[in-house]
Amino acid sequence: MREIDVSFVSTAVKGLFLKANTSIGQDVYNALVTALEKIEESPVGRRVLEQIIKNHDAARATGMPICQDTGMAVVFADIGQDVHFTGGDLVQAVNSGVEQAYSEGFFRRSLVRDPLFDRTNTGTNTPAVIHTRIVRGERVHILITPKGFGSENMSAVKFLTPAQGPEGVRDFIMDTVKAAGPNPCPPTIIGVGVGGTMELAAIMAKRGTLYTVGRRNPDAKYGALELEILEAVNNTGIGPGGLGGRVTCLDVHIDFAPGHIAGTPVAVNICCHAARHAEITL
Amino acid sequence: MTGPRMMSTPLSAETALSLKSGEAVLISGDIFTGRDAAHRKLDDCIREGRPLPFDIRGQVIYYVGPSPAPPGKVIGSAGPTTSGRMDPFTPALLDLGLKGMIGKGTRSEAVVQSMVRNGAVYFGAVGGAAALIARSIIQADTVAWPELGPEAVFRLTVKDFPAIVVIDAFGNDLYRTEPPKYRRESRR
Ligand code: SF4
Repeated sequence: MREIDVSFVSTAVKGLFLKANTSIGQDVYNALVTALEKIEESPVGRRVLEQIIKNHDAARATGMPICQDTGMAVVFADIGQDVHFTGGDLVQAVNSGVEQAYSEGFFRRSLVRDPLFDRTNTGTNTPAVIHTRIVRGERVHILITPKGFGSENMSAVKFLTPAQGPEGVRDFIMDTVKAAGPNPCPPTIIGVGVGGTMELAAIMAKRGTLYTVGRRNPDAKYGALELEILEAVNNTGIGPGGLGGRVTCLDVHIDFAPGHIAGTPVAVNICCHAARHAEITL
Repeated sequence: MTGPRMMSTPLSAETALSLKSGEAVLISGDIFTGRDAAHRKLDDCIREGRPLPFDIRGQVIYYVGPSPAPPGKVIGSAGPTTSGRMDPFTPALLDLGLKGMIGKGTRSEAVVQSMVRNGAVYFGAVGGAAALIARSIIQADTVAWPELGPEAVFRLTVKDFPAIVVIDAFGNDLYRTEPPKYRRESRR
């Protein structure tokens, strides 16, 4: 058994949010540069890509947030079953890390206490949405994303009949992308969860938005479906910023789970070009 | 595409009419911020026959709710928010002389018609390009409703604010004209 003081978790979470909000991952950066240099044909689309890349440079250089919507804090924690947390409450520790990052980084706090009856700001950008998983071993893996809502708002869940198969998944993704148009700040990264129950599909989809650009599902059939859908999304012509062009999406990541014989939930989670995430293993 | 066109605010009627959809511009001068809450308050002023907190004639409104200003900076990151939410309030402001708007996303038919009638222009700023845009903002002063925090109306003095003419004063709309040009058939 390994003991980990929760203050260690707080510090880690704080560092991850400070980093993710101000510095984009190199995979996303490189994909944007390739899109500009090798793929985009539209002059307006190229102009948009140029500004997106310059923005990432400016954010890295100044420590200013990439986007003023510094999102809702989402935390995936894979916790080794041989870990024992000491020194306090784990959830509080995660939230305190988020709070400190948003205060020290001068990030916008965008959470209201109650979406319907008390829309006062929580003042801390907490509580975070925390997904924990118990895994083997005595390490803790933390993956975080500040999730912007321009793109979160354009996400969707649907139940397909088992007979609808891959065609049905593809059609649902395409309908979601077309309905979203310019709103999710394309070029996007699309995470898809297929199978399980409603919430499992949604969690897989969120995780899918955080995979490295260029990663393919190890199952060849899903890998091929990812590429086929990526091509179809880019063939919509929506383009960078939705102002027309050949680059609407940087990558599509599909995960699946065993499903019930009677139904196939499909969740589509869209992430904008500010695809901010960071991870650490403790 | 040639280099971006330099332009300054307030916008004269001639300048507004000369801007063409698809043109890249660098805006310098004063612009005003306003998003959801400020638009509701501007609308209250109009309906109750009170004067607006600033002379709107020839002005440009930027739909933005910036992140807090770090020490030594005049403003935090300041990218555009979705313009469509301001659509219900926009025609009345255009009728009072508003000449330009900066935001992201499509506008309603009613807004486009009012823009054509009033010779106004809709600029797109790149959603998410918030740190880059912040660099072009050299001063920020509160004009009205400071209690709204980031949603208050600020006068921003900008130098070379990067934008694209998305809908011109003749109703040409990039969101409609451009995507079909890059659409392709997919194999099934
Ligand atoms: S969708 Fe993303 S890039 Fe666009 S405004 Fe929201 S957080 Fe920023």
